Amino acid sequence: MEMTDLMLEMKGITKRFPGVLANSDVDFNVRAGEVHTLLGENGAGKSTLMKILFGLYKADEGSIHFEGKPLVINSPAAAISAGIGMIHQHFMLVNTFTVTENVALGLHTSDLVAVRKRLTELTETYGLDVDPDALVWQLAVGERQRVEILKALYRDARLLVLDEPTAVLTPQEVNDFFVTLRQIADDGRGLIFISHKLHEVMALSDRITVLRDGKVSGATTPAETSRQQLAQMMVGRPVKLAPDKPEVSIGQPRLTINNLSVMGDRDVLAVKAVELSVHGGEVVGIAGVSGNGQRELCEAVAGLRMPVAGSVSLDGVDVTAASPRRCRSAGLAFVPEERMLHGAVAEFTVNENLMLLNHDSEEFSRWGFLKIPALRNQADHLVGHYNVKTPSIDTPTSALSGGNIQKLIMARELSSKPAVLVAAQPTRGVDIGAAEYIHERLIAQREQGTAVLVVSEDLDEVMALADRVAVMFEGRIVAVIDRADCTVEGLGLLMAGADPSSN
Amino acid sequence: MIPYKWREHLTMSEFFTLPVLVLTFASGVRFATPYLLASLGETVGQRSGVLNLGVDGVMLLSAFFAYWTVLETDSRLLGVVVGLGVGILMGVVYAIVTLIFKAEQGISGIGIFLFGLGMSELLFLKQVGTPRGIPSFDDLKVPLLGDIPHIGDMFFNHSIVVYLAVLLVPALTIMVNRTTLGLNIRAVGESPEAADSLGVSVNLTRTVAILIGNGLAGLAGAALTIELGTFQNNLTNGIGFIAVALVYFGAWRPLGVLAGSLLYGLITATVTQWKTLGIVTGAAASFTTMAPAVLTVIALAIIARRSADQPAALTVPFSRDG
Repeated sequence: MEMTDLMLEMKGITKRFPGVLANSDVDFNVRAGEVHTLLGENGAGKSTLMKILFGLYKADEGSIHFEGKPLVINSPAAAISAGIGMIHQHFMLVNTFTVTENVALGLHTSDLVAVRKRLTELTETYGLDVDPDALVWQLAVGERQRVEILKALYRDARLLVLDEPTAVLTPQEVNDFFVTLRQIADDGRGLIFISHKLHEVMALSDRITVLRDGKVSGATTPAETSRQQLAQMMVGRPVKLAPDKPEVSIGQPRLTINNLSVMGDRDVLAVKAVELSVHGGEVVGIAGVSGNGQRELCEAVAGLRMPVAGSVSLDGVDVTAASPRRCRSAGLAFVPEERMLHGAVAEFTVNENLMLLNHDSEEFSRWGFLKIPALRNQADHLVGHYNVKTPSIDTPTSALSGGNIQKLIMARELSSKPAVLVAAQPTRGVDIGAAEYIHERLIAQREQGTAVLVVSEDLDEVMALADRVAVMFEGRIVAVIDRADCTVEGLGLLMAGADPSSN
Repeated sequence: MIPYKWREHLTMSEFFTLPVLVLTFASGVRFATPYLLASLGETVGQRSGVLNLGVDGVMLLSAFFAYWTVLETDSRLLGVVVGLGVGILMGVVYAIVTLIFKAEQGISGIGIFLFGLGMSELLFLKQVGTPRGIPSFDDLKVPLLGDIPHIGDMFFNHSIVVYLAVLLVPALTIMVNRTTLGLNIRAVGESPEAADSLGVSVNLTRTVAILIGNGLAGLAGAALTIELGTFQNNLTNGIGFIAVALVYFGAWRPLGVLAGSLLYGLITATVTQWKTLGIVTGAAASFTTMAPAVLTVIALAIIARRSADQPAALTVPFSRDG
């Protein structure tokens, strides 16, 4: 290929931090009109590479050329004026401004009429449908993302970096979004797509570069590779994307939810008359777009949120509106969605977090004094048994990676030998290797006769784990489908609110 | 008490003589005790995530009731018990205000202080009027250790309250680090949400911590008034506020708080000694009186940068919904 084809060329990029080689001799380039995916686990060096591109870090070695000229910038503002735009995972929008005002912000223009006019042209050209006069807080998440893209296009970004842009979208929205991205690329712009969702990467990319431990571990195209191979490039060893599921006999219902209604934070019903039961040895997956009542449902089951109607029982024991302590003594284990907020005390050591659930049991304390050696034994055992990678059991939990913190929480929760396990977003933000391990552990619970309820926004995960899938939309369970009868398309439609009877 | 007669031009070299230094040190340990008791209590409260700026008010109220009790009954033990009880009672009030009504802790603490200040003054004027002396604590010489030359006089010839306060340092260290209560207190101070989801009652745990904290503040007040053998308006003169600062100084650890209290006590004793000896006079004496406070601020500015030690949920009321 000719030099002139390349819009961006990063060559031999090396960046060292004390004790870490964040990028090692990385070659990465983008042609005009293509979508080039940057794939890799957390800590593989993706964000370091992008920060070097944006001038936030200076590479120790290597060169960057953009549109044929050496790129010398030292701030995101300079990157924007050079023609490189970034769409962050967390939107950088002023919620109380209109769409037009948000786009105009920082342009040093007071002519909002002109801004609005050009903005309207852009929305029409790219099918980025959004009302220029709407206030940002009134917009849905997908619309806010379009505003971010419009901001970059308005500033004539020729190269767009999209950092995990689909995390906030439904499968249907993702399809539309990809059509838009393709259109932007066809317009002669270059796109860098950062993601770890393998099926999306396969669907959207022209080329894929995989990073592992700061080095390029693979450069390929969707036609030449498979999800399996991509996962292997990311992790460095063969990975099971879907765990083996041995046949187990399904037992009695252990978690029974009857006609349950729960208020959300804003005093509107978040869970509406939900009926669901989970049997021993069964995994029920709850599919749904974030914010459709899944969090409130889990919290109500765990005793963290008062239901307004209905009942919850664990192994026949009524725990409706019971305290978290009573729910747990009735046999509940709970892996919460926000693992650092609800699942573990960040400032505590690994040992302390592992003891939180049972330190006041007879085995581990006497007259209020902790039996330190017994607790340390337990921690050593759990860390080993659940493969938690930590320098020691006295390491502060906050120093562990997301995957290892999640393994720690799983270790604590599963060691209580629960009757019912509720796991919310068990692998969100967790790298593939740890996710594989967590999936195995969840599946293994079936053989213990545990009733497992898994909530996930990741359809692949729900499909991989569940024996039955319940789809939640606007607080209701709109369908419960046997895994064998599920398709991604069918679930996607239900998640978007399609009438199940028409399916 | 002071082995040197007051003279016109005493020099620094006369301060640095063994008897004076021993005496200064011993009185430093004594000065440190109310600071230590109060700041140990505040440490427990803060570890659970509750800031109590009302320590000084609790001390004043407890000090008055302890004083009055001793005045009426002549029993110092009963005085101490009453001081402790009044502290715990104020703790109940503070727990209701901060945990049930979820009042802003910085503000409600000041309210508790002003209440204690005003109420103790009012009660003193109504019930006692003119100050009368009460018997102070007897010094207890520790066997053997108390006979070590100089060291014995510095550390092992004090009232029972001094020993009690010092013994509380290891006791509370063990309580915080090695008991189920301590683990729960730290968990609700760092991450009440996680503690809650694991079945720890956040408000119950915080209530216990508040009661311990206020009880110790009450004890500090009783110790102060009985040690001095009298009561007057605003007897504490800000000890309770310094105690809160010492918690930060000590990085939320009983041992650190002990170091801070001793340092504070020693500086106070030294300044007092210098003024008595006439080493500093006039305006200089007034400036020297400020020295402990100034040094504390400087030490805090340097040491208290360790924000990692601060309980993450300090001053944050807990509620389950958003």
